[in-house]
Amino acid sequence: MEEELNKDQKNSRRQFLKKGLIAGAGVAIGSGLLAAYVDTNAAETGEKVKVLTTDGEIMEVDRGLLKLPRVSREESHKGIPGRKFVMVIDLGKCKNARKCVEACQKGHHLPQSQEFMKVYLLQDSEKTAPYWFPKPCFHCDNPLCVSVCPVGATYKRSDGIVLIDNERCIGCKFCMTGCPYSTRVFAWKHYPEFDEDKEPYSPEASSPGKEGTVSKCDFCPDLIRVGKIPYCASACPMGVIYFGDVDEDTVTNGTETYQFSKLIHDRAGYRYLETLGTRPCVYYLPPVDRQFEVDRGFGDLEESVKDRYKDTPYSKKNKP
Amino acid sequence: MELQQKNPLRDFAPQLERTSIQGYVWIVFLLAVIGLGFYAFLQQVFLGHEVTGMRDNVVWGVYIVNFIFFMGVSYAGALISGTLHLFKTAWRKPIIRMAEFITIIALLIGPCFILLCIGRLDKLHYLVLFGRIQSPITWDVIAITTDIFGCFIFLYLSLLRDLATLRDYELLQLPNWRKKLYKVLALGYTGTPEQQQRLNRATDIMAAMVISIAIIVYSVLAWIFSVTLQPGWHSTIFGPYFVIAAVYSGSAVLIVCMWVFRKVYHLEEYITKKHFVAVGLIMLVLAAFFGYFTFSDYLTKWYGSEKNDELLIQLLFKEFYWPFIISNYIGVLLPLLVVGIAKFRTISNITITSVVVIIALWLNRYIIVVPTLESPYLPIQDARPEWLNYSATWVEWSLTAAGVAIFCLLFTIASKFITIVPLSGSQGEEKKEDVLV
Repeated sequence: MEEELNKDQKNSRRQFLKKGLIAGAGVAIGSGLLAAYVDTNAAETGEKVKVLTTDGEIMEVDRGLLKLPRVSREESHKGIPGRKFVMVIDLGKCKNARKCVEACQKGHHLPQSQEFMKVYLLQDSEKTAPYWFPKPCFHCDNPLCVSVCPVGATYKRSDGIVLIDNERCIGCKFCMTGCPYSTRVFAWKHYPEFDEDKEPYSPEASSPGKEGTVSKCDFCPDLIRVGKIPYCASACPMGVIYFGDVDEDTVTNGTETYQFSKLIHDRAGYRYLETLGTRPCVYYLPPVDRQFEVDRGFGDLEESVKDRYKDTPYSKKNKP
Repeated sequence: MELQQKNPLRDFAPQLERTSIQGYVWIVFLLAVIGLGFYAFLQQVFLGHEVTGMRDNVVWGVYIVNFIFFMGVSYAGALISGTLHLFKTAWRKPIIRMAEFITIIALLIGPCFILLCIGRLDKLHYLVLFGRIQSPITWDVIAITTDIFGCFIFLYLSLLRDLATLRDYELLQLPNWRKKLYKVLALGYTGTPEQQQRLNRATDIMAAMVISIAIIVYSVLAWIFSVTLQPGWHSTIFGPYFVIAAVYSGSAVLIVCMWVFRKVYHLEEYITKKHFVAVGLIMLVLAAFFGYFTFSDYLTKWYGSEKNDELLIQLLFKEFYWPFIISNYIGVLLPLLVVGIAKFRTISNITITSVVVIIALWLNRYIIVVPTLESPYLPIQDARPEWLNYSATWVEWSLTAAGVAIFCLLFTIASKFITIVPLSGSQGEEKKEDVLV
């Protein structure tokens, strides 16, 4: 059944990407920043993709040559023109496969102790159902982290993304206490993983990391610029994570594409801890019609990861 | 002329002129503790903040607790000395300088602890270069800087008369550079009626300023916590609660200082039981207020409890049981009993109570900071014990000890530089005091 869905959705997905990227532009086309996007040493594949530059231009580049852009710190403040990003997470499909976490860690050159994406085992109350809860940064429209930052190191962009500039961050950690969702992580020392990344630092890539500064999920604007969806969304084998644009009213997980407003309406989408007034840009679809038992989430986990969940009410209850 | 009539300086001269063997041992001991703290600091700089017990959940630990504590002690000194000055309280004279020293010394140490918490000290100047007025940290930077200047001016004004006395007292056996220093610092004050009048006026203005600045600064500090959405912090009462807790802790520190200097410099004649009882009664009133605020804060959290408040209170009564009991029960009730009941009011009882109050107030800040960070909205799901529960490492404890040692050292040095009991009051005040007494 899943495969059928995939076939059906493939066309609409292509269209989304095409439409999305072009709609995002609307700016004069000129000679672009081609160098930032193309790796001249790589082999061509013959498949062309459209790329949105920092100037809002669209250009065609061979997919094989594509390199993730590292825009400057100044550029990273602006946001991609005409866009407003949104994420939808379908809790009914998550089985804690943790591919989102792995892909994110790898993509951002993060050590094991720094997870931008975390998967919680939640149970709202004793009698309610337990469920797996992947949690990125919510990129709130009323972000307390941004309000409390004393030096403007974390900022909200026109496209809705909240980023951190670790060149500016003084490491006071006020944003970490400000965020009610425990989203932010701190570099308690210089981790060797930071050295894997040889590219120049860009807040859009959140890499390379820096000791004594705060970082977090960034919605992967560097991937968005080359027409891709974030690492977590493309890595998820269940297609739990949808990414898209509110203004275009479209979200995709790479295989299926939906009209955002209809999806939220039909599936009773909600935002986590709405009462706090932070106005997140991440929506959840309730864990109904589940494809997997919760226990499947314990499947092939490493012991250290499995141990994380041993004190949850669900695990305690099911202890033999 | 006023200076020559009564010259208690003879009593105090040895204090300024000589340091006893025990005095040197004490200073060497303090330097050793500070040295250990410096070593711990180097560890933290070179190995990263990983050497502390702080992790992604509990991002603020003992450092912030010490910051709040020392700032509280400082504001208390300001409030007490300012208020006593403005009300021209008769008995204040022997202890007011101690209160002023407490203010300025604690105010120099407190902010150092927040610096220890900052990940990138190399970018500290960004606070000024790129400061955002929307951030409560910027409010704090502005407020603390103002406070440091205000308190320095207030202290200096109150020292002027004594600096002039020391300059004029020729029998003082001191190296020349110190005599010259007194001369420069005395700013040519000779005690003419015009000088007196100006000085009194300036001191009055600064006393009023210092009181209001102290209230603002400590409220701003409380707002750093209460503007966040964290359960346990997001409370409207935090501003006044912190101010009261601060003055309360400061009154206790003042009593302990009085006891120590009375013993060390043999000031039994100047600092009497009357002073201990008087400051003890201030402490008693503050204890009652502090208990009231604490009760009010926790009652509302517990009675109509939201889920996360309930979890927090459970945590307080389980894992933080003893700190909670000591800070919010013993720390409130002990002064009420000991100072409240006349027959318990002895100098040593009041001093011991003050020591308990100081510990209780430190713990009070600990259970405000740490349990909240250990019970966020999203439950902490982690396998690593150090990421689940905060416990301070030797680095943090060494630096805490160093902070206390620096406090003691600066106090010792200050008491070598100028008499710990003011030598002279203004004449206008003396008359009022007579009326009062």
